[in-house]
Amino acid sequence: MSLLEVNNLDVRFALRRGDVKALRDVSFSLDRGERLGIVGESGAGKSVAAFTLLNLIARPGYIAGGSIRFDGQELTGMSDRALRRIRGNRISMIFQDPMMTLNPVLSIGEQMVECLKAHRRIGSREARAIALRKLEQVHIPSPEARLDQYPHELSGGMRQRVIIAIALLLDPDIIIADEPTTALDVTIQAEIMDLLLELCEKHNVGLILITHDLGVVSQVTQRMLVMYAGRVIEQGPTREIINDPQHPYTQGLMNALPQMATPGSRLNQIPGSMPSLDNLPSGCAFHPRCGFVTRPDGSERSACRTRVPEFVASGNCRVACHMVAEMLDQERIPAEETPR
Amino acid sequence: MIAFLIKRLFHALLVMFVISIIAFSIQDNLGDPIQQMVGQSVPESEREALREELGLNDPFLVQYLRFAKNAVQLDFGYSYIFNEPTTEVVLRHLPATLELVAATTLLIVLLSVPIGVYSAIKPRALLSRFFMGVSIVGISIPVFLTAIVLIQLFAIGVTWTPFPADTGWGSWLNDLITTEGGMPAYGRGDPVHVFGTWYTNFASTDGLVYLVLPAISLASIMLPLFIRLIRAEMLEVLQSEYVKFARAKGISLRRIYFLHALKNTMLPVITVGGVQIGTLVAYTILTETVFQWPGMGLMFLNAINRSDIPLIVTYLMIVGLIFVITNTLVDLIYGLVNPTVKLTGKPA
Repeated sequence: MSLLEVNNLDVRFALRRGDVKALRDVSFSLDRGERLGIVGESGAGKSVAAFTLLNLIARPGYIAGGSIRFDGQELTGMSDRALRRIRGNRISMIFQDPMMTLNPVLSIGEQMVECLKAHRRIGSREARAIALRKLEQVHIPSPEARLDQYPHELSGGMRQRVIIAIALLLDPDIIIADEPTTALDVTIQAEIMDLLLELCEKHNVGLILITHDLGVVSQVTQRMLVMYAGRVIEQGPTREIINDPQHPYTQGLMNALPQMATPGSRLNQIPGSMPSLDNLPSGCAFHPRCGFVTRPDGSERSACRTRVPEFVASGNCRVACHMVAEMLDQERIPAEETPR
Repeated sequence: MIAFLIKRLFHALLVMFVISIIAFSIQDNLGDPIQQMVGQSVPESEREALREELGLNDPFLVQYLRFAKNAVQLDFGYSYIFNEPTTEVVLRHLPATLELVAATTLLIVLLSVPIGVYSAIKPRALLSRFFMGVSIVGISIPVFLTAIVLIQLFAIGVTWTPFPADTGWGSWLNDLITTEGGMPAYGRGDPVHVFGTWYTNFASTDGLVYLVLPAISLASIMLPLFIRLIRAEMLEVLQSEYVKFARAKGISLRRIYFLHALKNTMLPVITVGGVQIGTLVAYTILTETVFQWPGMGLMFLNAINRSDIPLIVTYLMIVGLIFVITNTLVDLIYGLVNPTVKLTGKPA
């Protein structure tokens, strides 16, 4: 059994005009020390997924169904008190914007020590020593002095290092990093990503990396999920998905990478934009933007418009697409027909 | 720190200089001081001689310099009403006002922070909605009306109440608002002498009882204002990323509310609060008049009624000084709470 198992997770936002389904039927798992990437456009539900794991979605969001099992415990429906013992302790988070994540009126030391004290019976001096050691691990120059400084005295990159140090404070099993480098300078992005990767490998920490940067995902993670409009549409080993994307949306994402365009030509893009969650198209949510609804012979695949696609196994990957399912069926038909 | 204080001292001097010019200009334009001093029967020639003797015919600048020279030594002349140095008159009335303002400030701080925080943490709770409703009423009713209603209810008493007399709480409330003379609402009773001109209401239960109604009515506008301000700021802070991050760290909600969120909430509140303490001193004019509280506000109103110009000028200068001092103190406190503000020129 995996360390973290998410099954059929449904998250909704109760709005006045009705529930909006932010996550539907999301399932994935994470083994100890494994690194998983969650990829998708803005609004696909990546961050909601991240925050839901620790039940940190704010009202009016709520978990409408499914289960989150972590180390044998069910996290959905767990009391806030019990969840607090897991948050920051066994599963910690790294947020997107380091400029906003640290409390401006508390010193770095205070913000680190309070986290240690929330989870361990520990003296202030001892906590400070641990904090200092973690700051050293994230390669912050003169860490001793940093402890007494306030967030505004540090640059964005430095602050993200501090946040990584906080995430590592209690030697967690899993770190959830929600676009940890998006808000940073391009020159620092690689540095921070390398640091995160190095520390996760060294301490055998599982990583859930939420990003829209396919390059980072392919370098850092072993497995990945592609999300679209609140659903997982493709998941599997990162290398296989990157090398041979099955779902038309994943293919579109890969084609949209600037490296994929012919020099001098316009960059490729997926036509249209992601539908709003409270007004999803029928059938496959991607079908209005998909170029494969019409078969190569000109006939239309009506299932795309009417039925939500089920997952089908393609190699080591699982894909939710009628076209892929149809192609797999056709490959299978001769084999199945012979015995008849 | 010392550099900050020196800088603020110069600011203070500048502000006081401007106030002194305004105050002094009033002196020249608010009626004829001679007329206030002498009777109807004094002939014009004598008035002219007196005017010359008092230096009232000198050019404005000469008069101002003379005024400033005396003002630096806290000498603003003689009060016409009291016939003694105005500084002494003001000093005698100052403690009553300061104590009223102190009691009101205490009331505001002790009530606005918990109520504001509560209604931000539980915005949908019935109690929060009740507080928000009452605070709107409080803001909209003028201080003197609140004062009169308070006097009618708690000092004079009413003959009819909507509360059922056969329940415990009903009869307690009825007792409270129907008893005549239940609460003192005139003057400050018999305050205890501390030293000099300072008599205090804080030293005895009796004295404190006298403070209740005036302090409540003086707080009736500021308290709702602060409740709403704290609530609005707190609501915004609770949405911030650093509060979410603190939750993700596994910090207890109590610590998040009362350390992480409250400290950030209080930054703008402190700034507004500093200005409002000064305004509170100004509002005492109304409250003190209704309750006949023998403070500076009541004294100032009497001085205006009787054109006691030196007293008016002294009041303006002293109130200006109070403003400057409280603002400096507030800036100091703000600097201590907010680490992004550097009081000194120390490099970051």
